[in-house]
Amino acid sequence: MLAFIIRRVLQSVLVMLVVALVSFSLFRFVGDPINSMVGQEASIEDRAALRDALGLNDPFVVQFVRFVGNAAQGNFGISYRLQQPVMELILSRLPATLELALISGFFAFVFGVGFGVYTALKRRGWLSNTIMTVSLIGVSLPTFLIGVLLIWVFAVELQWLPSFGRGEVVDLGGWWRTGLLTDSGRKSLILPAITLGLYQMTLIMRLVRAEMLEVLRTDYIKFARARGLTNRAVHFGHALKNTMVPVITITGLQLGSIIAFAIITETVFQWPGVGALFINSVRFVDVPVMAAYLMLIALIFVIINLIVDLLYYAVDPRLRVDRAKTRH
Amino acid sequence: MSNAKAPQPATQQPASNQAPTPARRSWLYRAWDSDVAYSFRTSPMAIIAGFTALVIITMAALAPWIAPFNPYDPSSLNLMDGFTPPMEPNAFTGNTYWLGTDNQGRDVYSTILYGARISLFVGFMAVLFAMVLGITAGLIAGYRGGWVDSFLMRVADVQLSFPSILIALLIFGVARGFIPPAYRETMAIWVLIVAIGLSDWVQYARVVRGATMVEKNKEYVQAARVIGAHPVKILVRHILPNVMGPVLVIATIGLALAIIAEATLSFLGVGVPPTQPSLGTLIRIGQQYLFSGEWWILLFPAVTLLALALAVNLLGDWLRDALNPRLR
Repeated sequence: MLAFIIRRVLQSVLVMLVVALVSFSLFRFVGDPINSMVGQEASIEDRAALRDALGLNDPFVVQFVRFVGNAAQGNFGISYRLQQPVMELILSRLPATLELALISGFFAFVFGVGFGVYTALKRRGWLSNTIMTVSLIGVSLPTFLIGVLLIWVFAVELQWLPSFGRGEVVDLGGWWRTGLLTDSGRKSLILPAITLGLYQMTLIMRLVRAEMLEVLRTDYIKFARARGLTNRAVHFGHALKNTMVPVITITGLQLGSIIAFAIITETVFQWPGVGALFINSVRFVDVPVMAAYLMLIALIFVIINLIVDLLYYAVDPRLRVDRAKTRH
Repeated sequence: MSNAKAPQPATQQPASNQAPTPARRSWLYRAWDSDVAYSFRTSPMAIIAGFTALVIITMAALAPWIAPFNPYDPSSLNLMDGFTPPMEPNAFTGNTYWLGTDNQGRDVYSTILYGARISLFVGFMAVLFAMVLGITAGLIAGYRGGWVDSFLMRVADVQLSFPSILIALLIFGVARGFIPPAYRETMAIWVLIVAIGLSDWVQYARVVRGATMVEKNKEYVQAARVIGAHPVKILVRHILPNVMGPVLVIATIGLALAIIAEATLSFLGVGVPPTQPSLGTLIRIGQQYLFSGEWWILLFPAVTLLALALAVNLLGDWLRDALNPRLR
């Protein structure tokens, strides 16, 4: 157990170091960092002095270690384009992305499990068939197209919901500004949240359905029925409970995907989050922002994967045996 | 893997689209008579999907010859023709266009043909790149085993924990940073192909590795080894043909994913350059005119993209079922 945890943590650290190396090479080799800092009139001596002062003449390894040290303290320098500290930029936009991602994840989980259970229990019903067909289209539709179509129907034609921005935000003290407490904030959240959550919802739904169908065939369900339990107790007390372990794992892993896919949704809805910031940094080759986002997203993924792996290991004893077998 | 026998008909499957006559008992007849061809003929879904994909691909490939206008030849454009609704004469010039015109007076039908051409080119090239990379890695990992195998599969594990669109976006952003500004526009398509390809090689590598590990212990491989064939020859001539079945399935679904990935990146404004608009770029342009009521600029490219992605996806689904008799 301990060996597994240590190996898993070491692996995560290794992944983070590789990502840091990529970020660092971006910093070091894309253009001349001095040129992007000083003006035209700086003399060659000034440049050389600055180069020395910034330690750009040090060996590669020394610079890399310094970069990792700075990154660990959240210091990624100043954005070339916006001329603000990168960490400040990211922190001021993180709440918008996290609110969007969490609400979408919640929406995807609730509806995904609900539809999944329904389609598994009423396999031949017309409503189940409709849900399954629509979900196939939902999987094939690219995220951005869903967003555009939703804007067309609900913002342009029906004019029920706003099509861009976060609405009014309330300061919660410190750097967290929430849109959940105002009417316009909640209204602006609806379309982006559906766009972002739809794909994950279909995924969860299909997973729950498949797992439920599998479990419903097992002997203990037959036995539960033989004991004369009500349908309700059999379906929700026995079947659903046993399908939830993989579903929760997948949902946990999907949280990372949701944050990643938020890039697309934020661009479609002009949502002032981290993803939109990143897209603009790619477009204008704003290296410090790109590097910081790269590290941030890698960190989120590594942490989520680590937690899910460890939870899995703790929850399901069978996996310990399986893993031991495949590893050796 | 139950696919050991299946690849034989699979490699001949595309021929069944050409409606061969059974008069010549050649490979054409054998292809027509094979299990896969039979499954294609008896599946209405596969026929419709195949037909749709074939029509779009043919029209896109022949775009310079069948498009009524060359939308990227500035001399043929007339700004007065801008915003002509579909099938209605323009208010100023009286010209009529099937699907209307966009903001610059370009015929939407022609831009779609040219756009689909670029989308499909990027899609096919990205799949080809991912396939070559993945198959090579998979064959080597599966055949050699040992540290090469552990290393490649660990890399694959790490990459698989990130969504592929995020990987493509990050690779694209990093590569863009490294390319000198003067070449960014002209190199964009190739960078895009490499980024999408690199984000998708893991699937191929995993499947090929698994199949190779099964195949390498069979008698025909041992026989080849006994007569002293070079390992590269054994891999390419003997093992590769026998692991191609599942690879074809992944490649078909991968094509749909690559087309969607390209459209997404172009929609976000970080894909193909504006001088070579793909379907994603067209949708991006269309979204800007949604609020002023010019719906046709958005709708027709969106429908084309959706039809293409859905058709290729359904073909992939059918191919998977057809090549895997166990599922039937």
